[in-house]
Amino acid sequence: MTELIHRSASELASLISSKEVSSQEVTKAFFDRSEALNSVTNSYLHLSRENAMAAAKAADEATARGEAHSVLHGVPIAVKDNLTTTDAPTTSGSNILKGWVPQYDATVVTKLRRGGLPILGKTNLDEFAMGSSTEYSAFGPSRNPWDLDRIPGGSGGGSSSAVSGFLAPIAIGSDTGGSIRFPAAVTGSVGAKPTYGAVSRYGLIALASSLDQIGPVSNTVLDSALLQDVISGHDPMDSTSLPQSLGSMADAVRNADPKGLRVGVVKQLSSDGFQPGVKELFEDTVAKLQAAGAEVVEVDCPSFEYAVAAYYLILPAEASSNLAKFDSVRFGLRVTPDGNPTIERVMAATREAGFGPEVKRRIILGTYALSSGYYDAYYGSAQKVRTLIQQDLAKAFAKVDVLLTPTAPTTAFKIGEKVNDPLAMYLNDIATIPANLAGIPGMSVPNGLAKEDGLPSGVQILAPQMQDAQMYRVGAIIEKLYAAQWGGPLIAQAPKLEAK
Amino acid sequence: MSEITPDTVRHLASLARILVTDEEVETLASELNVIVDAVATVNQAVSGDVVATSHPIPMANVFREDEVRPSLTQAEALSGAPDSAEGRFRVAAILDEE
Repeated sequence: MTELIHRSASELASLISSKEVSSQEVTKAFFDRSEALNSVTNSYLHLSRENAMAAAKAADEATARGEAHSVLHGVPIAVKDNLTTTDAPTTSGSNILKGWVPQYDATVVTKLRRGGLPILGKTNLDEFAMGSSTEYSAFGPSRNPWDLDRIPGGSGGGSSSAVSGFLAPIAIGSDTGGSIRFPAAVTGSVGAKPTYGAVSRYGLIALASSLDQIGPVSNTVLDSALLQDVISGHDPMDSTSLPQSLGSMADAVRNADPKGLRVGVVKQLSSDGFQPGVKELFEDTVAKLQAAGAEVVEVDCPSFEYAVAAYYLILPAEASSNLAKFDSVRFGLRVTPDGNPTIERVMAATREAGFGPEVKRRIILGTYALSSGYYDAYYGSAQKVRTLIQQDLAKAFAKVDVLLTPTAPTTAFKIGEKVNDPLAMYLNDIATIPANLAGIPGMSVPNGLAKEDGLPSGVQILAPQMQDAQMYRVGAIIEKLYAAQWGGPLIAQAPKLEAK
Repeated sequence: MSEITPDTVRHLASLARILVTDEEVETLASELNVIVDAVATVNQAVSGDVVATSHPIPMANVFREDEVRPSLTQAEALSGAPDSAEGRFRVAAILDEE
């Protein structure tokens, strides 16, 4: 029998429901591995063995009574540390929240608990999810299981390294400009950003509220689909939560058929600026889909050229407002300077000590973009670009069902390579950002190892708003075409992790 | 070329309530100039007749019934605070003595 840790979440759910293994055995297997290997990958900021084992025991008792509380009942999961949990610290990768234990659970966390999924621990991220590498985490970078000197992507590099290193079968991520999809691409795993509003953001420590969306991280397309089915749904606690259901993503995966599929290749994201090996793999994916019967056309999205620029105005503007709550009054750090300081001086000293360089950079940039005299030229124009991107997408989706792009311009870069060049770091998200600006769903699926460095690459699938099922359908088709070529998932080719 | 001077950074940092050292001010000024030059390209993309989008999915007036529901207790709400007294958040003086 395949080792438990190498099983997909859907296989584990079947084994648990048929009582071939218990949730406690599965949870223990991932814990033993995580405790041995977390010093290697730095995937988790906090591991909660006792809580997870108690949840696994409760899941097994439910199974014994003939109950399954969700399609992933009993399957353990890792949760990004920007989601609040009442039984574990929540830091969002920042010193300003070090040691803080929230007073309420995020809606997604509540759904996981009710669904019978034991929470293994909280995963590392760039501070307040600002970054593409986890190097901006206050608690050190996570490492890519394919090459430990390289980044696992970000901001959700803790979740991507946990899943691709088999320290968790599945994980929760959040995606503001690519923080689920970029890490998935560079670690050879799968990650999806649902339509904006499909998953409640209640309890997600906000980065940019009009862009943030919670989503699944996994090693297979079906696992992401099952997890999205568990965590999505209307939530009265989030006023931007979609009132309607988007249907079953797992059904879309199971019934995936390339017949009649129309695929668009975005002109602006298929030529310049991509690593040759990444570009070659992307062309191979398109050719495979065509051979399988899909119709492929090129689509023009001229405003995508301005997406990164618009994003780095909208995001800092929203973030500078959202992060004003870290004021040393209600939670988190308080630093009191000498003398008899006023509250303003306490706030300034606290924020100086508690925030890292990237967070300060973005707060100050956002403050600039929103200041009077500049507002129209920067924030106002960026919001208009957002409209243009939606218009480009509407035209494209009139012709095709989904759009395909490479997920990331390169494979995983070395830790330290871009950390002192903010602009270079921002360009990692060039292909993922348009989905957040437009609120559409996007997912990354592995499509091979780049010829120059042997590192994983991903293909991104974008679908219209609310058509997440279409995105999962195409993800499943691509995964199947490659499984036939590789004889299994790409992740099976990853090097074996050794304990230090 | 944008003109973010060290003084601009000092002003923005004080608006954002972040204490910055002289060294940080210099670094931030040069980094922000590079970033602002890059993001200012948004102006090339738009003309006056484009409507701004503030939210990806249009929604208006999301209401719920006005009814009392369970919420955090006072003790819970105060439990994460660095300092509290008499059921309230305790902070340093708001006004200067001068």
